[in-house]
Amino acid sequence: MSALVLRELRLAATGGNASLPVIFFLLVATLFPFAVGPDAPLLARTGGGALWMAALLAALLPVDRLVEPDRASGVLDQLAVRGVSEEHVMLAKLAGHWLSFGPPLMLAAVPAAALMKLPREVLMRLELGLLAGTPGLAALTLIVAALTAGLRATGALAGLLMLPLAVPVLIFGAGLIEQGGNMGALKLLAAVSLLLVAMAPFAGGAAIRTARD
Amino acid sequence: MNAKPLLKLDQVSCVRGGRLLFERLSLMLAPGGAALVTGPNGVGKSSLIRLAAGLLRPAGGHVGRVCALALADEGLALDPRLTLGRALGFWARIDGTRAEAGLEAMGLARLAQVPVRMLSAGQRKRATLARAIASGAPLWLLDEPANGLDGDGVERLASAMAGHRAKGGAILAASHLPLALDGAAIVALA
Repeated sequence: MSALVLRELRLAATGGNASLPVIFFLLVATLFPFAVGPDAPLLARTGGGALWMAALLAALLPVDRLVEPDRASGVLDQLAVRGVSEEHVMLAKLAGHWLSFGPPLMLAAVPAAALMKLPREVLMRLELGLLAGTPGLAALTLIVAALTAGLRATGALAGLLMLPLAVPVLIFGAGLIEQGGNMGALKLLAAVSLLLVAMAPFAGGAAIRTARD
Repeated sequence: MNAKPLLKLDQVSCVRGGRLLFERLSLMLAPGGAALVTGPNGVGKSSLIRLAAGLLRPAGGHVGRVCALALADEGLALDPRLTLGRALGFWARIDGTRAEAGLEAMGLARLAQVPVRMLSAGQRKRATLARAIASGAPLWLLDEPANGLDGDGVERLASAMAGHRAKGGAILAASHLPLALDGAAIVALA
């Protein structure tokens, strides 16, 4: 199991899965103030929501590299004949994917918040929300990656599959950083995230087994 | 032979894409035994291997295995950025063995430091066979093992298969090329 997680981390580090979401996230944070204009109060009010959208889309970026290469090259088959269940493989991939984009995104949120002129208190809520929400985003990406493995031109389909399911994460995440936003949003965000994380190994495993037939 | 069979296919049928490939196929592999699946392209040789590996569910019948198995098919399943030695080492660690025996047997020892993406087609084929050899699994499932191998590779494959059977292992191979499997049961799909 740990060998599988380590392999995922190595693939993420060498294949660009780790750096790409962070670069994308910072890119949005850099461009958004240019688009909105140098109105500090407006930026502070809308910036948090923009960062949440960026985080969501950043999580989706490696969707075509999470499962499909392993399916195509036979890694999933080789693991299966060794008695490693698909659920275990998906759990390892979930851990690897989150570790490679969740914590880096939380780090990148600090300079991003500075670019958006977010007050310190909002930044704290954003970090809390990312901590609770990114596992859910990772799980969602993994489910979509497993469902679309083996199909052609999956980019648009992956987005269509993922976005409706990601809406609760976005709503509660953005709700948490609203002015005077209450901690109830954090609890709901964590609940949605937990549900997605719990579902991902089983949904992903079933998707891989179905793709074999 | 009275020994308990390592692989037993009992009246197995296979349907792929709504098409019946074969039905009521029975096969038994005892320790030291071998079977060679032959037939033209698209007749279901690879599907039979995948059925035996448990990767496909039979449409009818029963597949029974009693031991660990090693699968060598078209899937390379080696990370292209790693060196061959480390890529095979990943699987050897999962199997609880060492990759060196396989590298040695297929004549890949001097390529251990070469990245997988630099390997030729024949060397890749040798690498998938080396993984099966190193796995220590009693049952080998080989899908077109001689494809792309040169004369030396075919000889090494033959001696590895003979050594495996002498140690009580069993082999199910699908091939349209002649394979050196003495006394193998021939399963001709048509």
